[in-house]
Order: sequence, then C-alpha cells, then structure tokens
Amino acid sequence: MIYFDYNATTVIHPEVLNEMIPFLSNQQGNPASNHKFGRRAQTAIEEAREKVACSVNAHPSQVIFTASGTESNNTIINGIAQNYPETHFAYSAIEHPCISEPIKSLSKKGFVTTKIPVDSQGMLDLDKIENDSKNPISFLSVMMANNETGIIQDLPKIIEWAKLKKIITHTDAVQALGKITVDFEMLEVDAMTISSHKIYGPQGVAALILNKKIDMSAFIMGGGQEKGLRSGTENIAAIIGFGKACERTKEHMVLLNRNIKPLQVQLISELKKMGALIFGENSERLNNTVFFTFKGIDGSTLLTALDRKGFALASGSACSSNNSEPSHVLIAMGVSEEIAQGAIRISLGINSNKNEVDTFLIALKSELERLKQLTAIAA
Amino acid sequence: MTTETLNMPIYMDYSSTTPVDPRVAEKMIPFITESYGNPASRSHPFGWAAEKAVENARQEVAKLVNADPREIIWTSGATESNNLAIKGAGNFYSAKGKHIISVATEHKAVIDAVREMERLGFETTFIEPEPDGLISIEKFKAAIRPDTVLASVMLVNNEIGVIQDITAIGNICREQQIIFHVDAAQATGKVKIDLNELPVDLMSFSAHKTYGPKGVGALYVRRKPRIRIEAQMHGGGHERGMRSGTLATHQIVGMGEAFRIARLEMESECSRIKALQERLLKGLTEIDETYVNGDMKKRVPHNLNVSFNYVEGESLVMAIKGIAVSSGSACTSASLEPSYVLRALGRSDELAHSSIRFSIGRFTQESDIDFAIKLLKDKIDRLRDLSPLWEMFQEGVDLEKVEWAEH
Amino acid sequence: MAYSDKVLDHYENPRNVGSFDKKDPKVGTGMVGAPACGDVMKLQIKVGTDGVIEDAKFKTYGCGSAIASSSLVTEWLKGKSLDEASQIKNSAIAEELALPPVKIHCSVLAEDAIKAAVSDLKSKQK
Repeated sequence: MIYFDYNATTVIHPEVLNEMIPFLSNQQGNPASNHKFGRRAQTAIEEAREKVACSVNAHPSQVIFTASGTESNNTIINGIAQNYPETHFAYSAIEHPCISEPIKSLSKKGFVTTKIPVDSQGMLDLDKIENDSKNPISFLSVMMANNETGIIQDLPKIIEWAKLKKIITHTDAVQALGKITVDFEMLEVDAMTISSHKIYGPQGVAALILNKKIDMSAFIMGGGQEKGLRSGTENIAAIIGFGKACERTKEHMVLLNRNIKPLQVQLISELKKMGALIFGENSERLNNTVFFTFKGIDGSTLLTALDRKGFALASGSACSSNNSEPSHVLIAMGVSEEIAQGAIRISLGINSNKNEVDTFLIALKSELERLKQLTAIAA
Repeated sequence: MTTETLNMPIYMDYSSTTPVDPRVAEKMIPFITESYGNPASRSHPFGWAAEKAVENARQEVAKLVNADPREIIWTSGATESNNLAIKGAGNFYSAKGKHIISVATEHKAVIDAVREMERLGFETTFIEPEPDGLISIEKFKAAIRPDTVLASVMLVNNEIGVIQDITAIGNICREQQIIFHVDAAQATGKVKIDLNELPVDLMSFSAHKTYGPKGVGALYVRRKPRIRIEAQMHGGGHERGMRSGTLATHQIVGMGEAFRIARLEMESECSRIKALQERLLKGLTEIDETYVNGDMKKRVPHNLNVSFNYVEGESLVMAIKGIAVSSGSACTSASLEPSYVLRALGRSDELAHSSIRFSIGRFTQESDIDFAIKLLKDKIDRLRDLSPLWEMFQEGVDLEKVEWAEH
Repeated sequence: MAYSDKVLDHYENPRNVGSFDKKDPKVGTGMVGAPACGDVMKLQIKVGTDGVIEDAKFKTYGCGSAIASSSLVTEWLKGKSLDEASQIKNSAIAEELALPPVKIHCSVLAEDAIKAAVSDLKSKQK
C-alpha cells in the first residue's frame, strides 16, 4: 500500500513516538496536582509549549493547547462572538468546514457573516469584498494553505488590508505548518490554528496561538486549565508528541524542498501529459500537494480502481469524504460540479519517494487506458 | 512500571488521573506506529482500519454501561462531554423552559457550564448536599419548577467519592420531563452502570480516570426516548454532527480497551480495593481529631477523604511528599481557597483546609497503605507540635470563642 | 507549587519551635491570623534586663511558607532591641525566602506577629 494522503493525516515520526511512549505507559500525574507526578507533568507540558511556540515564532504564553484543529477554530470564533456580540464575521469561500460551519451557526443566531470569494486560481480576491460601511467586517479568517489544492494565500497582504480596517484576523495554518514558513509574529495575525497530526505528531492535540490583545471567552469551561481558556485535563502524551513534532518542522521543510518538490514537478508534468487538469496551477502551492482531474473520467471509479491497486488517495478533503458533495473549494474556484466530482488529491509526505511516484504513474496510466476503453465501449 | 517510578512517591491520587494500564498502552501503540489513517478518510484502507478500531472501541465503551454503541459520542474528555451535554441540551430544549438544577458539589466543568447558561438567560438552582455529601431527594423535588428543563447530578463525587442515588433522581426527572445529565467520569469501573435500566438521558465519561489515556472521553446520548443536543463544535460533521473534529484513533482505542478491562475486572478489583480502603480508614482514625468527609456506606472503595484537625492542609501535603495525594480537588489545587465541596458539606474552613483525599486503585498495594498510615501518623504529630491551635486545644481553649486577629 | 530551598530548609528543620510562659513579664506574645484563613502564627519574644531580645519561639498553623517565615524571624529577632525588631519588614522576609507572589501574605503575617509580640511586651512593661 502506498500512502499518498498526508494532508488528511501523517504517520507519527519515530522520534516523536519515542518522546511520547514514556508518557503513555508510565505512571503519570495530572498537571493540576500539587505533587511530584503532577509537577513533572506540568514541566513537560511547558517544555512542549515552548517548542510549539518556537516553531511558529510566537511566545509560549500565546499557545493554548486544544484537542483538534476543529476545536481551535471553534474556540476562536465562539470566543470572539461571546465577547463581541456585534462582530461581523468574514471567511474565505475555501475555508475548512470547521471555520465555515461555526460561522454559519452564528449566522443563525443573528450575527452578520460574509463569505469572501476566491478567483479561478483559488486566491482570495480583496477587491471583491463588499464591505458594508454601516456594519464593516470585524473578524476575518483566511487559511494560510488550502488542504485540497495546496494553494498558499498572500496572507501578509490580506492582513495588512485587515489591519487598516481594525479587523481581528485569524488564520488556519494547519496545512501550512511544516511545509512553509509560519511566523506568527511577523504576520501580525491575531490568532492562528495549528494541528499536531498534520505534522507527524499524534492525533488528538492542536493549538490556538493567540495574540494577548485579543479578549476571548472560553469555549470549554471547567477546571480553568490553559489560563481558563480551555478547561480539561491536559492530554500530556499527545502534547509532548506535538512539541517534538513542532521541533522537527524546520527539518521537514528542508526535506520537502529537497526531496518532494521534484516529485511534485514530475507528477504534474506526467499528469498533464495524460491530459489531467491541475487545479490552481498558476498559484503558489505547497510542495507536496497535487489536486487534479481528468475530464470525461469518473473520479470515484478511478479512485476505487487505484485503491484496489494499493494507492491511498483522497477525493477532496477527508472530512468531506463522508458525503458525495463536490469539493466546496473547487466550486468556489468556479469549477463545474461535474468536474469537481472527479477531483483526486495526491498529498505526499516527507518519506515519499520517486519509486512510489513512478509506480503510481504506471498504474494510473494503465487504469486510464482501461477506463477510456470502457467509456468508448459504452459510447 | 519502570525503575524511574521507584524513587517517585507512592501514587494515591487515582481520582485525579490514573496511570495508563500497560495492557491499554500496548493496544494503543500499534495505532500510533502502524495503522495510521484518518478515520474520516473513506477512500482507502488506512482510513477503514482506523474507523473499524474506533467502532470497536465504541462498542466496548457502550458495553461497560450497557448502552447502544450508537449512543456513544467521542469527545476530548469529560470536561468537553459535560460542556456539550449541558450547553447542548440546555440550548436545544430551551423553548420548554430555562431553569437548570445542579448540585453545589459538582465538578467545576459542570458548575462552569451551568454558570455559562446563566449568561445565556437561564436560571439555575444549585442544591446544597447533606453533611454526608448526598443530596436529599426531597430537596431535589423542591427545587423543580415548571420551567425546569435540565438537571445535572454527578454519579460519584471526585473529592469525597460518595455515590448519588441517580435512579431516584432520574425517576423524578422522567415524571417531570426534565432532561437528566449525569457526570460519570469518576464512576466507570467503580460502580455498576446499566443505562438500559437507569433513567438517565446524557452521561459523561472520561478515559484517564479509568486507566485509559488522557485527551479522550465520551458522551452518552440516549436514543430511546431520543434526546437531542445542539452541537457545540462545528466542522466536518463527525459523530453524526454532534461533535466535529478528527478523532485520535489511538486514544479512542485506548479508551475502548480501558473500558473493556474495567468491565471484566471491576468486581474483583473493587473488593480488593475495598479491603485496602478499610485498612487505611482503620489506620488513619487511630490519629486523634480525625474526621472522615462524606458518607462511608454510599461511597466508592477507591476514595477516602479525611480532615486532620489543627494542621494546615498545604503544609500537610508538603510533609507527606512520600505519597502523592490531593488536598481538595486536583483541578483547584493551584488556588488557596478551601475545597468548595467540603464547604458545601458544612465543614469549617479549618477542616476543609486540612483535608486530604486519598484515592487508590489498580496498582495500590497493602504495603503502600501501611506506609501511608505510618507517614501520616509521624507527620501529623510533628505538625501538631508546631501548631498553636493544637496547643490551645490541648489546654482546653475553645477555639470557636477565640477572637482572631484576621489580616 | 515550587518552594525555594530556603523555605524547604526552614520547613524541614524549623528553628526555635516552642512556647514560653505567656504570663512571664519578660515575654511578649503575638498571635495573628485566623484558622479560617489557613494561617495562625504565634510568636513569642523574651527580653533580657537590657531590653534586648535574648530568645524567640514560635508555633505556626499554616502552609510551608508561613512556617518558614515565622521560623526565619525567630532567628532574626535574637539580639535585636524592640525598636530594631519593629523595623523588620515583610519585604525583607519575602526576599530572603524567595516567596512567590501568592505567598507574600505569609511574610506580612510574620511582620504583624513581631509587631503584636513587641506591643504585648511593651504593654506588660508599662
């Protein structure tokens, strides 16, 4: 089986696992407890917090641990909504559902919300924003890199625009971390979401990086952990793993640039020779992601066939694989429903190699020919 | 346990968190190292294997409490479960009324979530328990109003280990058509829970209080009669829309295994631990001026909460570093406030301050108990030698009548 | 909560624990704090004919920092005149023991105890 679905989830790096195992199997304290076990757990968490902060150039005190990227995104949106009931929430049309859904839910509760369109290359179009002067946008969430297309937004420009309008800014950097430079301080973004299981860390832990100027209410309440902003006993082993994974992101970026970028170039060139349409081809994209389709070929049939041959790929994002809706990202880019239905995503990992890509391309080629013949017969 | 734990104190803080059972860790590790995959990825076997493991774990959690697996929603822990149950059901049924009943001795996660509902326009009643920690059914009945929509009562208290009569309370809720939520984080593997019989609509669970990993929990949401909750976390629509977010497969697998072991071993384990509790109780009550907090009969064997009069709690915890215990609840240890649970039982500030929660479990040995008793006897003697209050008590001064120069 | 080594030392090996006879005219007793607040400090000083504190004893019901604060001041008090004793400031105690902010009140209590003991002694000597 060849795994080409690293944007859905990565495999834990052995070094990460090594750091986690003592915290999984030995006797552990509750970090809130005032005894040796508890204090040791607390110290370990604070060390991990420093590593996480360092990987995105933030201060450790700005890191709030949560259980998932979804939770981080829900936390910032709800936290702002509670403290600022007049907030006008804006988000890009290509955001992950864990941004768009909580904002839609606020819209039902009477909040003003705006979905900002993207152009055919998947880039946010600032000129297209219809900003009501009576009720201007006051919160904006734009993802740094898209999970499906890999398209990287021009965040510095977007945030500069937002700052002039005193808009609170948030970016979902879940797919960006470990693949491109993520610098919280330099970006001057107010809040940022990052997640462990996308960067070779364990599932079940993520973070919200929060500028201290932001006054936010808690989303999950109780024992007052994470400075009262996120209650619940800390998931120590996962947090330790997350810290280690963050520490490794710089090395992973080097690996992606050196080893994976050429594979992406090869994939794109070969796919195009076979007649594929590459989505967002003219935009800057992550080095590991290729999102494409073959006109006239049913994507799910192709995906099933490739799966039988041992390739783990995705159609759209994993989270929306549950339903057969066409990718909302592609629809937002003006792609027709029919073409969007057939989209296939390859997302490579740091250990993907040329042999895997070659094998895949051969398999794809033969499968395409078979399907074309079938279609020809049917026609 | 590795050699590293040898120089650590003896662990008697199982109610704060339990160590992961080695059998649980063993089940989890392959899901970190080998079977990676996002359970929501439907297009390849990596995702399927993860999904199968998640569903198997769901069955194990359901089996321990005799529920249908479809009634189990994964969360990141009991805190999230409690928040989801209270805010989710409170908001969903708010058209029926906006009054919530809970108990003064609930975990902070319940109290804070209920308080949050106040901000949203709900009214709340926190019932004060009796001095033994149990709530009076009459008081509960009296608290009910025509607009009561939700009640939340914990099954086993985290600080004093008392078991509330949730059958009686639940029956009243049924009669009055009140949604009934139970925080069972401290109960799994300690008391029998049969949700087929119990009149409970929503129940919160935690893995790390039952020898599973931290960072995972569950919420039981009854199907018959069907209980609905408003989702709090929105996104990919995981857990039938009730709770979005990628599931941590290895953690869920760990919770499943932990609950499976709990189901199989609960009976024998509880009787062993009961004997340890009795031994500890006998030893500690040999010390003068010692008070047990909470009823001893309706109580899990894993907990013993004792106040040592005329010694101060924090210095006591410092003195008994050889054992890891809590003074008050772990989650509030950082603050200097006396335990709100003991205050709610009517304990004086002094006795609340000097309370120690011993919580024992699967890996506690008889020798640990004997060590703890000896340690407590020695250190309390020493601290009382230092205590002006003990001196006054010995001299026959009535401390109640002293006019203290408060600062 | 992490305690400084000095707090731990005083807590593990408290100096000058005990009591003098309260009725002794050479003994001043200060009792401050309240059980309900979690701290009660009893500090006693004994002066020689020259008015210099020749001995001090304490008993404290309270946290490690409270015990350490009172133990420390019994050391400092010996050899001081009453006026010098009254000059001891809580900030000096807090600094010596490296008390964290949440424990500053322990040093305040120790300062209050000194003042109460001195004033008790002075009222006896009138």
